Amino acid sequence: MSDIHTEFPTVPLLLASPLRLVPLAPLSQALTILARRMVANHPGLISRLGPYVSSSFAVDPTDLPVTLLLHPHPTSMRITLHRDPPRADARIAGPLSALLGLVHGTWDGDALFFSRDLVIDGDTSAALALRNAIDDCEIDLGAEIAGLTGPFGRLLMPFIALAERRTGMPLRRAEARP
Amino acid sequence: MMELVCPAGTPAALRAAVDAGAHTIYCGFADETNARNFPGLNFNRAELAEGVAYARRRGAKVLVAINTFPRAGAEDIWHRAVADAEAAGAHAAILADLGLLAYAAEHHPNLRRHLSVQAAAANPDAINFYANTFGVRRVVLPRVLTVAEITAINREIDVETEVFVFGGLCVMAEGRCSLSSYITGKSPNMNGVCSPPSHVQYVESRGELSAKLGGYTIQRNGKDAPAPYPTLCKGCFSSQDKVGHVFEDPSSLDASDLIPALAEAGVTALKIEGRQRSRAYVAQVVRSFRAAVEAVDKGLPVPPGTLASLTEGQAATTGAYRKTWR
Repeated sequence: MSDIHTEFPTVPLLLASPLRLVPLAPLSQALTILARRMVANHPGLISRLGPYVSSSFAVDPTDLPVTLLLHPHPTSMRITLHRDPPRADARIAGPLSALLGLVHGTWDGDALFFSRDLVIDGDTSAALALRNAIDDCEIDLGAEIAGLTGPFGRLLMPFIALAERRTGMPLRRAEARP
Repeated sequence: MMELVCPAGTPAALRAAVDAGAHTIYCGFADETNARNFPGLNFNRAELAEGVAYARRRGAKVLVAINTFPRAGAEDIWHRAVADAEAAGAHAAILADLGLLAYAAEHHPNLRRHLSVQAAAANPDAINFYANTFGVRRVVLPRVLTVAEITAINREIDVETEVFVFGGLCVMAEGRCSLSSYITGKSPNMNGVCSPPSHVQYVESRGELSAKLGGYTIQRNGKDAPAPYPTLCKGCFSSQDKVGHVFEDPSSLDASDLIPALAEAGVTALKIEGRQRSRAYVAQVVRSFRAAVEAVDKGLPVPPGTLASLTEGQAATTGAYRKTWR
């Protein structure tokens, strides 16, 4: 949980910079597969959006040179990566670690907003609906990624835990941590 | 031990509250029947039944807030909510409207009735009227009373009292405040939303953040200042050559230090505000207050709090319990 002066770990430039050069289409495709898996596992992710299911959401990790554009859908959710800020109904921006902590229930979204670690633009209702839907689904991105790799998933989890300890980034659901 | 009544805007938050040590959890249906009708929040009927079962297995109770005021011609929505709360196994319904209290007392006499803070019952006569007329068993006191006033009330009533100890601070006569309606046309009383997010906009320019409600700028903050939620009562206005928070500073209630005094005043239950907050907030605040009520129960001092980061304006106040305001 954050305190007033939380210093969020940022993605090292060495890791972030290659994203300026690599083709984004395959990464977008991989993120879309991951997102569809999450929607299948957590249908509440869509149902809690209510009327905002047709909204578009820009998620902008400010320490990465790309922005994710989410188009929610029960069966054909899409995520695309963009180097230039995409048009969206709502935009949520902050350090990647803050955004991951929000997804994993590590930090409180309002507290991040009050401290201005998180910035919201556009349709505030849509942004709130997305935040609440994600919070209720208790998503664990580490487990979802491991799940994509089939039988190798169990082997992957210790590496995710190690990466979490080394980077200080919340890579797993808060309740799943020791 | 004093009862800890904790918020849950989602089933995940309910589980977090129970796991963190809440004695009681309050929540609402995902419609206009409760005063936290925000996007993506609240429970459908099946989720409520599952939540009640989860809480019961761990020795906790669930209260259902049905605390807005029914629209004429649409009372059925509120009547169904009362029936469905009872069917789900809720321990009590938290009600505010006189007509709905009468309906619940007549048609669902076995469902315990609590009086919502939205009813703004702030003196013994009003509370005794609700108790004698509708069989109300507990009243949630408005956040405008001092500890001495709460003590005086408890001496003259036979029902339990519940008071807010942490979270968003509303200093208006709740259930009667029209500030949100004045600007947005929507209110917590009728629509379940104070300063609805559909009317909220944030504009950042050169590091300055403007928080707007219904198109009006309510607050401007410099680069490093905490961001507010633009409720009119916590806005920054200019008046008589002065600029400031005319009604109320953007700060939150934290009455943890007053728990022993509230126990002494005869208060039964301590309420944490925040159904619109995340499960991370719920878990941390509940853990902190559970430790506090356990300490007070053992005659120990209240442990020092660590909750400042979770408060609006990142500042806390003891509110009306100690009236030190301008």
